[in-house]
Amino acid sequence: MTNNVMAAAAETAYSKREIILDVKDFRIHYETPRGDVIAVNGINFYLRKGETLGLVGESGCGKTTTAMGILRLVQPPGRIVGGQVLLNGVDLASLDDDALREVRWRDIALVPQGAMNSLNPVMKIKDQIADGILAHEGRQLRGAIKERMLELLNMVGLPGRVADMYPHELSGGMKQRVCIAMAISLNPTLIVADEPTSALDVVVQRVVAQTLLDVKAKLGVSMILIGHDMGLQAQLVDRIAVMYAGNIVEIAPVKDIFEEPMHPYTQLLIASIPSIKEKKPLKITEGLTHDLRNPPPGCIFQFRCPKVMSVCRQIVPPLRELRPDHFVACHLYE
Amino acid sequence: MAELVKTIENSTPAKKRGINRFDSPWFNPRLVIGVTMVGIVLLIGIGGPLVWDMNLVYVASSPLNLPPAWIHVAQPTPEPVAVATAAATAINTSSGGLGGSSMLDLMESTPAPGRGNPGDVGPGNPTGDPKHPLGTDDQGRDMLALIIAGAPASLKVGFIAASIGMLLGIFLGFSAGFLGGWVDAVIRTTSDVMFTVPVIAVLFVIAAFLKHLELNEMAFLLALFAWPAPTRFIRAQALTLRERGYVRMARLSGMSTMGIMFKEMMPNLLPYLAASLVGNISGAILAEASLEALGLGPTRVPTLGMTVNYAIRGTAILREMWWWWGFPILVLIFIFTGLFQIATGLDEIANPRLRGVKSQ
Amino acid sequence: MSEPILQIKNATKVYGGGFLSSGAQTVALQSFSLDISNKPATITTIAGESGSGKTTLANAVLGFTGLSSGQILFRGQDIAKLNRQQMLDYRRDVQAIFQDPYEVYNPFYRVKHIFDMVIGQFKLARNGNDARDLIESALKVVGLRGEEVLEKYPHQLSGGQRQRMMVARAYLLKPSLIVADEPVSMVDASLRAMILDIMLRLRDEHNISFLYITHDLSTAYQIGDQIYILYQGSIAERGETAKVIEHPKHPYVQLLIDSIPVPDPTQKWDTDIRLPSEEEMRSSVNSGCRFYPRCPRRMGRCLDAQPTLYNIEGGNHDAACFLYESLPSEQGLLERQ
Repeated sequence: MTNNVMAAAAETAYSKREIILDVKDFRIHYETPRGDVIAVNGINFYLRKGETLGLVGESGCGKTTTAMGILRLVQPPGRIVGGQVLLNGVDLASLDDDALREVRWRDIALVPQGAMNSLNPVMKIKDQIADGILAHEGRQLRGAIKERMLELLNMVGLPGRVADMYPHELSGGMKQRVCIAMAISLNPTLIVADEPTSALDVVVQRVVAQTLLDVKAKLGVSMILIGHDMGLQAQLVDRIAVMYAGNIVEIAPVKDIFEEPMHPYTQLLIASIPSIKEKKPLKITEGLTHDLRNPPPGCIFQFRCPKVMSVCRQIVPPLRELRPDHFVACHLYE
Repeated sequence: MAELVKTIENSTPAKKRGINRFDSPWFNPRLVIGVTMVGIVLLIGIGGPLVWDMNLVYVASSPLNLPPAWIHVAQPTPEPVAVATAAATAINTSSGGLGGSSMLDLMESTPAPGRGNPGDVGPGNPTGDPKHPLGTDDQGRDMLALIIAGAPASLKVGFIAASIGMLLGIFLGFSAGFLGGWVDAVIRTTSDVMFTVPVIAVLFVIAAFLKHLELNEMAFLLALFAWPAPTRFIRAQALTLRERGYVRMARLSGMSTMGIMFKEMMPNLLPYLAASLVGNISGAILAEASLEALGLGPTRVPTLGMTVNYAIRGTAILREMWWWWGFPILVLIFIFTGLFQIATGLDEIANPRLRGVKSQ
Repeated sequence: MSEPILQIKNATKVYGGGFLSSGAQTVALQSFSLDISNKPATITTIAGESGSGKTTLANAVLGFTGLSSGQILFRGQDIAKLNRQQMLDYRRDVQAIFQDPYEVYNPFYRVKHIFDMVIGQFKLARNGNDARDLIESALKVVGLRGEEVLEKYPHQLSGGQRQRMMVARAYLLKPSLIVADEPVSMVDASLRAMILDIMLRLRDEHNISFLYITHDLSTAYQIGDQIYILYQGSIAERGETAKVIEHPKHPYVQLLIDSIPVPDPTQKWDTDIRLPSEEEMRSSVNSGCRFYPRCPRRMGRCLDAQPTLYNIEGGNHDAACFLYESLPSEQGLLERQ
């Protein structure tokens, strides 16, 4: 109940909050023997303080690459070829390696995909959490560390004895919550979580999702939440950015996306959410995505779009703010 | 249009796998080098007899103790000494019979260099003869002819031994991995026990006991010890492959166990099997050469190991006849290096990740 | 109900606990019973979380694992006792689609191989042209064309194409039952609808029944006829899909359905709901109801015995919970005989 009130309050207040992350014309390419794959094609978005942005799209649309690019963790053959990532005014894309290492974890924390499987199996949970803290803050009193650790575990809803356990003694959801505890251990301003609840059972998924909500409420941290489950996004995020083939096609507050999706691709996504409330006819979409090495002229969604017009085959629709905070890249609304 | 059919999913990990697997991985530089090296040895074995007189492998077919053709030394060594040495060794060789008593031969022949002239460049003719480019040994055998005859013989023994071992391994490994149960338990335990057996030591005993070994018998003997490694490896692979989606699909399609093993699993194991086979060949050649160098091998065919054995008996090192033991060993090293390159090349083809490390 | 094609009778599968392990047994499936008829064809959903035994069930039906006790009868014949020819006939009649549409292709062969295999093994065609026609007609059902896909290697196809080809392969045999083991959990939303639609069409137009194994109740709700919800190896609740999902009776099923995120930002989760801690969820009890540790409505007697299926308001809606004990199920009674 309290959460609903808070969410409502946040909704009215958040549009006035300061912007902490501003991504401008961000581009990431993957080199292949047959030309570069344009994984992220000049995207723009921003994130306000204490806000959660959902990044959704099909597998391979570039959402994970975007997240990794923000942290500059793109693995070769991928590389950042252009754009800016301004975190509190500092451009991460042009930072030198040492300065970047400082910023990672201290300012931005990552909960990678399948994070729960990345815990070291031969280290106790407390040592793994302490390692992260000590590596960034230097030596400190054992008592202080311990107290902080208990606080962290408490924050993600785990009992203190988890600290003395090994990863194999924990269930999937508990491991995932340990990863969240590690992510918030240095009080970051931004958490990037890549599919934090995938591969978990639905009941456990709910527990972990609520942990994320709690953490956000208590710490006022901003979050980028990558996912493909629209139901979960509806529950967890404030705004949604819809990605298709390396481009953001629509960004809007979560309510607007669900009530009034404007881009045909978003409409398709919303229509294909399976529901347990009503039986509805299955929405079939034909068509294939274009080759990412060789994007067509005009709109990237033209091959699958049910409302395609001739202008779509020639001119790339820019991302424009059609309503306050509602950005769409589509020729339909000109 | 073909471009359009490809979708985003193809450009994610699945695509990477594809590139690694199908962008002609067979042009792996290591594999090419290795195949070339082994190919040269085979070519020598096949083409050599056509251009070189193979009768020169027989005793006393050439002058004794000639150094390689490019050696020129001014001071000649008295001829009689060399003849005496050669005679003494020849007597030893024939009386020893090259069987189990060869250790005795070795001891008997050690005094021989006393009669030679240490300090000389070989006790033979001072100057190399272009008719015998790699020199001759102390019984008048031409080194080049010995190598032309010996190198392919060594490869052949290695290949036969490793192939039999591999076939046994494929059969036993697949049976163990696929059938499971007590079959698996028996095969696994036996192969594990075999791993603890000191193979060379056992081979010495067996070879010494058998006295007269033919080349093929030698290969079979080596094969007896060449199956545990491939068995263990194939069993492990069969266990993981058994749970693969495509194996289940084949079962659903009504394929028989044999069909699944050979049509579905084997093709995907080919690079591994080839790498393993090549590794086993070098293992078998090494074991073969060691046995022969100690005089426990076949006596009819002048294999490389046999030549080394003669060199030891003839005290080639003390007499500084380096070409006698040096050339066969060089050829062995050449063969091993070539096989090793093939094995690593195949390994890189089978494990694309190894190539990734190299390129970064 | 007409003569069932597939009958599962008291299927139980216990893992571990052999002569070497010290009693660490896991009951993957316990006394599971099920009938599937194909007059008319139906989609029967087996739903559950990981570890609920649904995959064990699929493997048992496909003959990949044997049962510890119980029987699976296909047209009245125990599939554990089939000889080789009968097994081939069974394979022809019962096919499968799996979760990962990449893994099921042998990377060594072109994708055509999956069709060649079935055509060869079951001798479906006399010559190459017949085979080609067969393949084309099967591909047409899933909306693909032969020249686009057949000569490619698996990695050159999209996930959706790969999964549709698997459906086409199963359809090629004109089976009476397809076991679909999480067929849409690894494909994108837009393709998910397409696969589900194909399943519906195969049921309605080609009279093929499905055993749809999933963790996702929402897709089951969209296409399923009957549903069996498993919890730690036993049936928690079963009945018509719409009834079970709209009015769940078993406390576990209620929790499960409550936990599905609602795709509507105006209906936020009520965060005050008490969720049992995860450790409680993990633990299971030796006697009595397996859901006892997590159950918000547990009673003292739940520990004494394991509840059998009790009927809810007539019909074929049953729940394994003592809350509904007053109405013993007709079918439940039959199965105990």
